[in-house]
Amino acid sequence: MSLTFLRGGIHPPAHKDSTELEPIRDIEPGEVLFFPLSQHIGAPSVPVVAAGDTVRMGDRIADAAGFVSVPIHSSVSGTVVAIRPHMTLKGEPETCIEISNDGLYTPAEGYGEPRDPGSMTPDEIRNAIRDAGIVGLGGAGFPMHVKLAVKEPDTIDYLICNASECEPYLTSDARLMLERTADLVRGLGYLKTLFPKAKCLVGVEDNKPACIEALKKESGDVCEIVPLKARYPQGGERMLIQALTGRRLNSSLLPAQVGCVVVNVASVLAALDALEKNIPLIRKVMTVTGDAVNTPCNVRVSTGDLYSHVAEAAGGFSVTPEKMISGGPMMGIAMFTLDIPVVKTSASILALTKDPVAKKDMSPCIRCGACMQACPERLVPQYLALLSDRNNFELFERYGGMECIECGSCAYVCPAKRPLVQSMRYGRRETGALIRARKAAAQKAAGEGGKA
Amino acid sequence: MSTETAQASRIHVSVSPHIRSSASTTRIMLDVCIALLPPSIAGIVAFGYRAALVLVMAVASCVLTEFLFEKITRRPVTVGDLSAVVTGLILGLNLPSTVPFWIPVLGGVFAILIVKMFFGGLGQNFMNPALAARCFLLISFAKIMTTFPATFRVLFSTSALTEATPLAIIREGGEINVVEMLFDLHNGCIGEVSVVCILLGFIYLLVRKVITPLIPCVYVASTVAFVVLFQLIGGNAAMLTSSYLVAQVCGGGLLLGACFMANDYVTSPMSALGCAIYAVLLGLLTSIFRVFGTSSEGVSYAIIIGNCIVPLIDRVTLPRPFGREKREKKGGAA
Repeated sequence: MSLTFLRGGIHPPAHKDSTELEPIRDIEPGEVLFFPLSQHIGAPSVPVVAAGDTVRMGDRIADAAGFVSVPIHSSVSGTVVAIRPHMTLKGEPETCIEISNDGLYTPAEGYGEPRDPGSMTPDEIRNAIRDAGIVGLGGAGFPMHVKLAVKEPDTIDYLICNASECEPYLTSDARLMLERTADLVRGLGYLKTLFPKAKCLVGVEDNKPACIEALKKESGDVCEIVPLKARYPQGGERMLIQALTGRRLNSSLLPAQVGCVVVNVASVLAALDALEKNIPLIRKVMTVTGDAVNTPCNVRVSTGDLYSHVAEAAGGFSVTPEKMISGGPMMGIAMFTLDIPVVKTSASILALTKDPVAKKDMSPCIRCGACMQACPERLVPQYLALLSDRNNFELFERYGGMECIECGSCAYVCPAKRPLVQSMRYGRRETGALIRARKAAAQKAAGEGGKA
Repeated sequence: MSTETAQASRIHVSVSPHIRSSASTTRIMLDVCIALLPPSIAGIVAFGYRAALVLVMAVASCVLTEFLFEKITRRPVTVGDLSAVVTGLILGLNLPSTVPFWIPVLGGVFAILIVKMFFGGLGQNFMNPALAARCFLLISFAKIMTTFPATFRVLFSTSALTEATPLAIIREGGEINVVEMLFDLHNGCIGEVSVVCILLGFIYLLVRKVITPLIPCVYVASTVAFVVLFQLIGGNAAMLTSSYLVAQVCGGGLLLGACFMANDYVTSPMSALGCAIYAVLLGLLTSIFRVFGTSSEGVSYAIIIGNCIVPLIDRVTLPRPFGREKREKKGGAA
C-alpha cells in the first residue's frame, strides 16, 4: 500500500501521458545567453568576468557571495558581451551576464575529468557540490551544500529523495529516473556517506510504476523505494517527510531539525555529475508541454538559454497560447514574455491555449469549507485570506498564515473561484516583513540592555 | 507559429494555481434545488396545487427581491447564482399549504432584503434567511402559520386523517402509526410530509458531496437523546414509546431542518469539531423547545439561535496548523 500525507490534498488531472514516454532530447543553446546573478535562495553571486572576456564551457563566471550562495558557470564557450539588466522569470529585469555563444563548446580546464567520489572526505564532497553551483532543483533553489552541511551528521536519520513529482504536466524527473536509474542510486550512495546513521528513502508517486520498478531493481542496499499515493501536494517537503517518516515539520523548523535531509532527483544527478565528472550545473531537463505546443517533450537545455529559443527548438507552438507558465500549473509562474533566460530552477514551459483562471469572475465566499478540507497544512484559507485582504496581519500570524506553503489546493477547489493564493502570498509577505522588523527591534533592545 | 507571434498576442498573467476544479457556487445551489425537489413533490401530492403555488410565490418573491434590490442599489445582479431560489424553496417548504399568498411574498422579502442583502448579500448573512423569515412569520401571524389543512391526500394509510400534525398528536398523549409515519404522507408544512422524500434529497446531497452527514446525524441523535433525558428527569418515562420517538424524529421540521437547513454553509461552523458542537447545541435547543415550550415545534428557532453562536464556535474550534498541533513551549522555536 502506498503511503501518503495526513490531511487535505487534491487530485487534479495529471496530463503527464503526452510526455512521460518521450526520451529526453538535447537542445543546442541559442546565440546569446543570459545568466542572472540571482538563481538561488541567498546572496546573489558576484561576477568574476567582465565585458570582452573569453569564457569556456564550464568556466566560473560568478562567485558565491557568502556561505548561503553558489557560483554560476557558463554553459557555452564564447565572449562576455555585457553585464546588464535583462528580463527574468521574476517578472522584472535583473543583472545578468550576457555571453555570445561561439558554437564550439570548448571545455574549461578539468571539465569532464573523471574523479572518484568514493575517496573524497565529506568536506570535499560538499565543496565539490558548492563549486559546481548546485541548488535544489525541485523549485526553491536552496544551495545544496548548505542543506548537506549539518552540524551533527549523526542526528540525520533519513536522507530523503523527493521523486514524487506531484505537479500535473511535469515529467522531467520521471524521465530522469528511467534514463539514469543507476546514476540516481549511485548519487544517493555518495550523499549517504555524509550522514553515517541515515537511511535513504526514495518517495515516488504510484502513478509512475515504471520508475518504481526500475529503481527497485537498481536500489540494492543503498536506498529503499517507497511508493506514495498520487495526491497533490505529495512532493511538498513537509507532506513528503510526514508521509515517509511520520515526523511533522512547521515553518519554523528545518528538515534537519527533525533528522531529515531532502534532495530532489535532478539535484542528486547534478551532484553526481559534479562529483564523478567535474561538470558544474549548466544543463537542466525541462518539460515543454501543454495543448498549445506542437510536440510535447522533455529536453535537456543549457542554463542561460532563452525560453523563446527552447520553445522554438522543442517544436514551437501550434496555436497562440493564452497562458505560458514556467513550472507546473499549481505553483508555476505565469510569464508575459519568453524573452527570459533559463535558470537552474527552471522546470518547464507549459503553454495553454485557454486560460480558465485569470479572467474568471469570483463570487462571494459561501463558507463551504472546501478550502479547509483541501489544505494540507490544516489552515482555514478563506479566513486567512479575509484577514490578509483586510491587512489584519496580527491575526493572520496568530491563525497560522505563515504556515501556508502556497500549494494552491485551496484555490483549486474553491467553488467561488476566489484568488486565495494571491491573498495568502500578500499576507505572508507583509506579515514576514513585520516579523523580521519585530525580531530586529527585539535584538536591538537586547543589545542596548546588555550595554546598560 | 513562432514564439514571437505568441508574445505579441494577448498573454494572460495571474497568480498560481493556473488550473481550477469544475466546482462552482451555482452548481452547488443547483444541487440543493434538485435535492429539494422530492420533498416539494411530496408536498404537492399531499396538499394539491395550492402547495405548488405557495412554493412558486416564495421563490418568485425571493428572486425578485434580490433582483430589485441590486437594481436599485446599482450592484451587479447575482440572482443567476440560484441562492435566492434555494432560500425561496426552503421558505416555501416551511409554510403550511393553507397560508394566504401574501405570506410567502412577505416572507421572501423579509428573508432576502432584511436577513441577506442588508447584511451584505450572499455569504454574509449570520442567520439562515428562510428560517429567520419563517420565525418572523410565526411570531407575527401565529394562527395562520399553525393552521394545517383538514384534508390531504395519502398513499395507503387507513387510519383517520386529522388536522393535527404528528407532534401535536403525541403532545396530547395520542398515538401515531409508526409504519405510516415512515412511509406515508403526514400532515405538517409543505416540505415535512414525507420522510422518504426528505431522505432521498439528503442522499442526493451526500452523493454529490455537497454536504457531509455530520451535522444532520448529530443533530437528530442529540435531539432524541435530550428529549429522552428531559422526559426521564420530568418523570414522564411512560411517554417514551416507540411511537413517541418516531414522531419526534420524523414529525415536524426536524428531518427537513437537519438535512437542508442546519448544514447551510454560510451559517454553520467550518471545522468538524465545530459542526459537532453546533449540532449538539441545536439538538439541545430543539428538545427544550419541544418538551417545555408552548408550541410543539422548535427546529426553526433552534437553528437560528444556533446560527448566532456559530462565530463563537468557529473561534474556539479553529484547527491547529499541521506541525503545530502541540502547544509550543514558552521560549521555544517560534
